[in-house]
Amino acid sequence: MGIVDVVEEVAFNLIRQAVIYLPEDVKASLKKAYEEETSEAAKTQLRAILDNIELAEKYRYPVCQDTGTILFYITAGAEFKDLDKIERALINATRRATEEVPLRPNSVDPFTQKNSGDNTGRFIPYINWEIAPGNTLEITVMPKGGGSENMCIAKAIPPGEGIKGVKKFVIETIVEAGAQPCPPTIVGVGMGGGVDIAIKLAKKALLRPLNTPNPDPNLSKLERELYEAANKLGIGPMGLGGRTTVLGVHIDYAFRHPASFPVAVAFNCWAARRASAKIYADGSVEYLTHRGVE
Amino acid sequence: MGVYYLKTPISEEEVRKLRVNDTIYITGTIVTARDQAHRKALEYLREGKALPINLEGLAIFHCGPVVKKEGDKWVVVAAGPTTSTRMDLFEDEFIKNFKVRVIIGKGGMGKRTTEAMAKYGAVYAALTGGAAVLAAKAIKSVKGVEWLDLGVPEALWIFEAENFGPLTVAIDSHGNNLFMDVSKKVEENKIKIYKEIGLTE
Repeated sequence: MGIVDVVEEVAFNLIRQAVIYLPEDVKASLKKAYEEETSEAAKTQLRAILDNIELAEKYRYPVCQDTGTILFYITAGAEFKDLDKIERALINATRRATEEVPLRPNSVDPFTQKNSGDNTGRFIPYINWEIAPGNTLEITVMPKGGGSENMCIAKAIPPGEGIKGVKKFVIETIVEAGAQPCPPTIVGVGMGGGVDIAIKLAKKALLRPLNTPNPDPNLSKLERELYEAANKLGIGPMGLGGRTTVLGVHIDYAFRHPASFPVAVAFNCWAARRASAKIYADGSVEYLTHRGVE
Repeated sequence: MGVYYLKTPISEEEVRKLRVNDTIYITGTIVTARDQAHRKALEYLREGKALPINLEGLAIFHCGPVVKKEGDKWVVVAAGPTTSTRMDLFEDEFIKNFKVRVIIGKGGMGKRTTEAMAKYGAVYAALTGGAAVLAAKAIKSVKGVEWLDLGVPEALWIFEAENFGPLTVAIDSHGNNLFMDVSKKVEENKIKIYKEIGLTE
């Protein structure tokens, strides 16, 4: 098997693992939420979520019918071979996963409203590239659900409002989103850069495992504060009321233009799917998120 | 808070008994419809064409399922609800003209739908978003599919279901809307939280 074939095989496996098996940190957080909820409606919702996760694993079915838009985050070692062929391999893997897992065909031409039928199309699957030193290739897949995507938002706040403005915008956005992004959600926040950079950072922040503190103490404190505030809102699981509205708030930032303070909020639904693997130059593979899962 | 087991076709009288926070399970015919199927059905209505299936007394499910063809049979792999607010545009006309009695979805619906439900006798039943396998297990067979040209998620899938649920009645036919109640409370909480984290005096 050539290295490009390995990439395709690994990408296929990652999509399959991601859509069927939720990461351990997400499952643990949902279980904890179930134990801590006191309202009957909230408990019923979380029970259904936990039962559903178990059934998905048992029957090897996608955990949610919306298997998302397939997004890849690639960290490519500059010396990794055949980098020009990776994109093709990822597209092939997406097509194969659509047929074999199966995934729901979720890729629609905005002009004709025609569904391509195989989860591919112009810029889809979307690939985020980062070049790093070395000769390995790290692939992360995030099948991103449409319901939570619809609630993502970026805006430029008045720079004079500073972090207070950020807090207000985040809380306001969570309130506005209400039941729609399938709470309990993970909330990603991106600050600074330009509007495009802010939303990119917010979305990427969704990939950080839950309950891993932000290495930046200022961000860590802000994350904690927003997490606690969000869970006092009372939106609750599926918006039927309760104390679990978010499972985590993850923040990242870029420096900003003096006159401009973009802030972006991205949501991931409770079915916060992601899977990662590292491919070495010799073709060996290390699965990072789904060890012991076939 | 009662628990009700309903069988399709569901009568207006049966649906009028339901109140928000009741739990229901549905046995019988459930038809999926999302944005495009709603739009197309209302186009048919304007053009005086008959729908491929009579929806009277049935349940409409806001869902784009994952399906698999095994031989000449369709099998439902995953069938959780999609966000219902997108259908707010169409649902009042839908309820009025096609006499559907239960709308199944997630995230709730707005004032326009709530009013139509009170006027014509229908309820909105919330299913846990993303609980797709749980829902698929209650679907015993696919009786048919129409409008497949709209794509798999947007087509009208006609399911035969057994004890489909638990569904929480979130909008009843008496003008009550659980999601709007929660919203009101959330707005009150927000004001308190703003004070706590120093955003307002």
